[in-house]
Parts: sequence; structure tokens; C-alpha cells
Amino acid sequence: MDAIILQILNGLDKGSAYALIALGLTLIFGTLGVVNFAHGALFMIGAFVAVTVQRLLGLSFEQIDPDKTDFLGNPLKVKMTYVESWFGPEVGGTIVDWSVPVAVIIAIPIMLLVGYVMERGLIKHFYKRPHADQILVTFGLAIVLQELIKYFYGANPIQTPAPSVFKGSFDFGVLVGFDPNAIIYPYWRLVYFAFAAVVLGGVFAFLRYTTFGMVVRAGMADRETVGLLGINIDKRFTIMFGLAAAVAGIAGVMYTPILSPNYHMGMDFLVLSFVVVVVGGMGSLPGAVAAGFLLGILQSFASMNEIKSLIPGIDQVIIYLVAIIILLTRPRGLLGRAGVMED
Amino acid sequence: MKLLGLSAKDTRFLLIVIFLTLATPVLLQPFPENSGLATFNAGYPDLMQRFAIFGIFAIGFNILFGLTGYLSFGHAAFLGVGSYTVVWMYKLLDYNVVWGLPLAVVTSGVFALLIGFVSLRRSGIYFSILTLAFAQMSYNLAYSVLTPITNGETGLQVYRSDAQVLLGANEPTSPHFFGLVMSKSTKLNLGDWQFTFNNGYYFTAIIAIIVFYISLRIFRSPFGLMLRAIKTNQTRLNYTGINTRPYALAAFVISGMYAGLAGGLMAAMDPLAGAERMQWTASGEVVLMVILGGAGTLMGPILGAGFIKYFENIFSKINDQILQGWFAWMPDWLSGLLIEISHFFVGKSWHLTLGLLFMLVVIFLPGGLVEAGQRIARLFKKKPPEDKDPGHHPQPAPHVAE
Repeated sequence: MDAIILQILNGLDKGSAYALIALGLTLIFGTLGVVNFAHGALFMIGAFVAVTVQRLLGLSFEQIDPDKTDFLGNPLKVKMTYVESWFGPEVGGTIVDWSVPVAVIIAIPIMLLVGYVMERGLIKHFYKRPHADQILVTFGLAIVLQELIKYFYGANPIQTPAPSVFKGSFDFGVLVGFDPNAIIYPYWRLVYFAFAAVVLGGVFAFLRYTTFGMVVRAGMADRETVGLLGINIDKRFTIMFGLAAAVAGIAGVMYTPILSPNYHMGMDFLVLSFVVVVVGGMGSLPGAVAAGFLLGILQSFASMNEIKSLIPGIDQVIIYLVAIIILLTRPRGLLGRAGVMED
Repeated sequence: MKLLGLSAKDTRFLLIVIFLTLATPVLLQPFPENSGLATFNAGYPDLMQRFAIFGIFAIGFNILFGLTGYLSFGHAAFLGVGSYTVVWMYKLLDYNVVWGLPLAVVTSGVFALLIGFVSLRRSGIYFSILTLAFAQMSYNLAYSVLTPITNGETGLQVYRSDAQVLLGANEPTSPHFFGLVMSKSTKLNLGDWQFTFNNGYYFTAIIAIIVFYISLRIFRSPFGLMLRAIKTNQTRLNYTGINTRPYALAAFVISGMYAGLAGGLMAAMDPLAGAERMQWTASGEVVLMVILGGAGTLMGPILGAGFIKYFENIFSKINDQILQGWFAWMPDWLSGLLIEISHFFVGKSWHLTLGLLFMLVVIFLPGGLVEAGQRIARLFKKKPPEDKDPGHHPQPAPHVAE
């Protein structure tokens, strides 16, 4: 029992990332009808915003500390970050420590802007072109973004630690009445799951309870009619693209303590997220989220030793296997509407 | 002149392709050995072999994507299967490629039949995702569980302890075709020029010509017409009572066999096979080649493959020293600036150039290099006399004061 709970928990953080990326992909597909192969790159850009913020906050200068001397008796030079010198060591130190959450706040406007520019500059011209063209041009864009990141940040993964409060693990098992040390779970993964839940809830609430969201949903159902009612639906869809980019971006920012950002993480996640979208049902938002968590948890179950010894290699292929079975037996996906891309 | 069941025009076309392929070692070596432009020479065996091999891969992919309209993101899997088959034949029998290559075509064909049978139940983006899923599965399995067959991360290679039951006493110990060793070359020095005629290149080139001829016949056959019809409007075909799936499956299997052959040839040039050949980025590369050259055209895939492989090679070779040599005549600040800018595009960053180029082609030139060539050719053919069409170009607006 405790092993099962542990695997479910282990699946949650990956599942959260899949769900967040897949949600954005689905939003873009549902609103603009565009298959965005550059969505993984947005996730990656978010992660590198975190890296940049961490580096900016870590910028420091040397200062002579009058109180201390080194072993020769000379005054000691100490490094001090600018943030600490501005806000004092207490507050400044906390800010430096919390660079990842700070990066989330900074990433939101950046990603909105990136999404807006991408949509207006490139995607807009591909509404009427076939899906294959959309896939190809966004695939090209993904390569370009990936190479730019590689150029500026190098090819090696960059460590981005979580705030020290959340470092380490805690004993989840004790909380729910198991033996100590049965279920050990890192704090940050739980934070990530909670964060994902908040973001997902926020997006759904936004779509359901605001007028803007209502118009967008109406536009997803029947774009033409909404347009005929005198509503500028294109503009709203562009904003939705920006929102989807922001969701992918902050998902990337928060994922950095779990996986050190590298330039090909976008592509790695993209392939899986596409599988998630297809399993959940093209164009279905709840489907994308459900499939994201489902596949994340399935994947962590498949990597249990007991199961691996039963079916060798299952952990490597489980997601694709599920996707193939779903596509062949229920082409519209788990929660997809009938008739959407069902051929 | 008509040959081999081709029309006069196609015969001419085929002859041109044959000539270009066979003369490649000379044509791609236009600059003398010690000149500053020698970097741009491409007439050395390794690169020319890659031209031919990826040409074959792209020709096959074009039959599926360009002709039938199914965008597969998983063709690298067949490439890997072909490579593994050939290396296994080296290990079991001997280094003669004659056992491995036909078997590579057969095994990849069987794989393609299985994967295609399942994937072709869907079309459009679902088909792409399905092929991608299958290819990623093969890739992951090749790295993990199938290690006894694929040798995992190390890659499959021939060891001294391998059986090699057919290996005779005097047989070459590298890939060969009945004694014709692939890695051997003949060098010819003409003045400052040096030409390398490599056995391996000519072996792949002749195979490439044969498979190009086959694809030409497919393009011109009723079967090819049916594939084109599937691309244009599959629903309509279904309504007229034609079951399109066998045709699409046939196209899928043929292109899979081409990929297997290309993979086998890779192992024939260099007796190694690794799982990274099956990764989805490798599948993406062949898509880039076909699109860049011109999907659905005969020449396009070959041009695209040559173009990408050539520039990949040249661009990644250009380093600071070479750049400084080029910009030496400029003032320092300007050359420094230009070198800085060039860093984005050359050396390790070559993929950035490729990505940009690819985007530009998809956006502005959906027909690829072939379309570009046709446009230029049209410009030259109907070169209008100076005043033939004065209204065609917008005149500068008369000044307000005039």
C-alpha cells in the first residue's frame, strides 16, 4: 500500500508538468486550431528565465570588510550581492535564496510577451495552412529557440536550487499513518504539485467564471458566430496564446529545482506532452489535465522494480504504448468531444 | 531517346542524375587543394557517402510524405533497424555487405509493415504522433531492454570473438563487396587539384541511382497516381469505393525499406550501429531534407539531403581563424563585429542556421529548393525585353510639386 502511494506521489510532479504543458497546447489548438510544436521550447524558455534571474540576483561586488582580517592581518575582501547591499543581508539573502519563486513573477510578463510576439509574428500567418505546415514551421522555430539558448547558456545542465526551506524531504507516511520512512517525499515536488493545481484551477476558473473566458469558450465552439456578434475574437485568441505560453513558462520555472535546465528539455517534454494531448483528447482541456496526471503516475508505476522485472522495459515504453492503444481504440481520446479531429 | 520504360524527358533526367552522381568526386572539388577556398570543397569520401545515403533516405521518405501526404515522424527507426541488421550479419557471417544489405531491406520492410499497419488507421496529426510513438519506443527499447541485440549505449560493433563463420583467410577485415573494400580510395592529382575516388562512394552512388530509378518509375506509374490522389483527397477516393489503405501501406513499407537500405549503407561505410540513429531528431532531419528540397518532387529530396549535409559539414568547420582570414581586409572593429555575429550561425551553432532556413522555406517557399529553381528558370526563360511590360512594376509616385 505504501509503495503504491509513493508511486502515485512520484508520478504527481511529472504529471503536473505534463498537464501544464498539455493544457497550453490544448488551449492553442482549441482556440487557434494550430498545432504548436514550439510549446516545449516555451517551457524551456521559462526554465532559463529562472536561470537568468538566479544569475542576476547572484551578481555581486567585492567589498572590504573592516571588521575582519585574513590570517596575514590584511583587511578581508568579501563578496556581496547587490541585492543584499540594497535590502540588507536579511531580506537580500532571502530574495537570493528564493530566486525560483521570484523568477515566476518575472516570467509571467516575459512569457506573455513572448507568446504575443510569436502569435502575431508567425503563427497568425498559419491559421489557414494545413496542420503539417504548422507542425513544420513551429518545429523549425523550436530548433531556433533551442539553439539560441544553447548559444547563450551552453550545453550543460545548470543547477537551480529551490529555496532552502524546501530543500530535503519529509516523511509523508507518518502523516497518513504509515511506518516512519515508508514514504519519503521531497518538499519541492509537493510544492510543484500544489503550484500546478493552483495554476490549473486558475485557468479553469478564468475560462469558466469571467466574461472574457466565456467569450473565449464561445469562440472555441463557434468562432464565426462569435465574430458575427461583433466581438473581436482574434484579439482574445492571441491573448489566450500568450496565456498558454505563460502557463508553459512558469511550469518550466518551477520545474528547474527538479530537473536542472538544459537546452533540449523542451523537446523532451514536447514529445511526451503531445502524446498526453492526444490521449486526453485533442481540444479537451480537462482531458489534457487528466491524461497528464494519468500518464505521469502510470510512468512512475512502470518504473517500479516489481513491475520492471515482470515486463522488462515497460518503464521506457508505457506512455507510448498507452497512446497507441488509446489512438486505435478511442481516437477522440479519453475526454475528447466527438467529431474533433477524429479521422 | 527512351530507356528502361521511361519517357524521353525522364530518360534525359535520369541520365543527368547519373552523370551528376558519378562525377560528384570531381564536381564537388572545384577549388585547388591549398587555396583559401578549399574549405568549401566537398569531394572527400565520408561526406560524399553521406550525400548518397541520406539521398536514398530522403527519396524513400518523399514517396510517403511528398507523394502520399502522410507526415511520419518516426522513419529513423527503420534507419536504425537497417544498421543493426547489417552489423549483425558482419558479426555472424563476414564483412561482405552482400548478405546484410538485402536483409536490412527485408527486416525494415517487415517493421514498416507492422508499424504502418497500425499507424495508418489514423491520418493527419494522429498518424504523425503514432509513428513518433513507435519510433521513440524502439529508441528507448534499443537503449534498455534490447541491449543483448543492440549493445545499448556502446553501440553494436564487431568484436574479434564474433563467429564470422564465412570469414576466409585472406578476406578484408572491413566492409567490402566481394573484395571491393569500401574504405579504399584512388587519389588523382591534377595540378593543384586532388580528386578522391572512393569505392564506398561509388557503391552507394550506384545503389542510389538504382533506387532513384525505382522512385521515378513509382512516380510515373498508376500506383504513384493513386498515391497522389490519396494526398489530394482521400475522402473522395473512399467515396468512390476505393480502399486507400493498402496503397498508403504500400507507400509506407516502400519508404521504410528505403530507410532500412540507407541505414544498412551507413553500417556498410562504417561498421557501427547505435541507437541514436533512431532518435526522433533523426526522423526530424529527413523531414527537413525533403521539405527543404521540395516535397513531392523527384529531385527535391536529393537536393535537400545534399544541401543539409553539405552545409552541416562546411558550417561546422568554419572557425574563428577562417573567419579572421576572410574579414582580414576590413577595419578591426567591423571584422570583430562580423565574427561575433557569425558565431550565431557557424561552428556549433549550425543548427540555428538550419532552423531559420527551414522556417523561411516553410513560410515563403513551400515548394522548397526545386520551386526556387523553377522560379529562377522562369525568370531566365521569359526574360522580358526592357520595355515589354512597363506597367508591371510600380512606377515611383510623381512628386507632389510636379
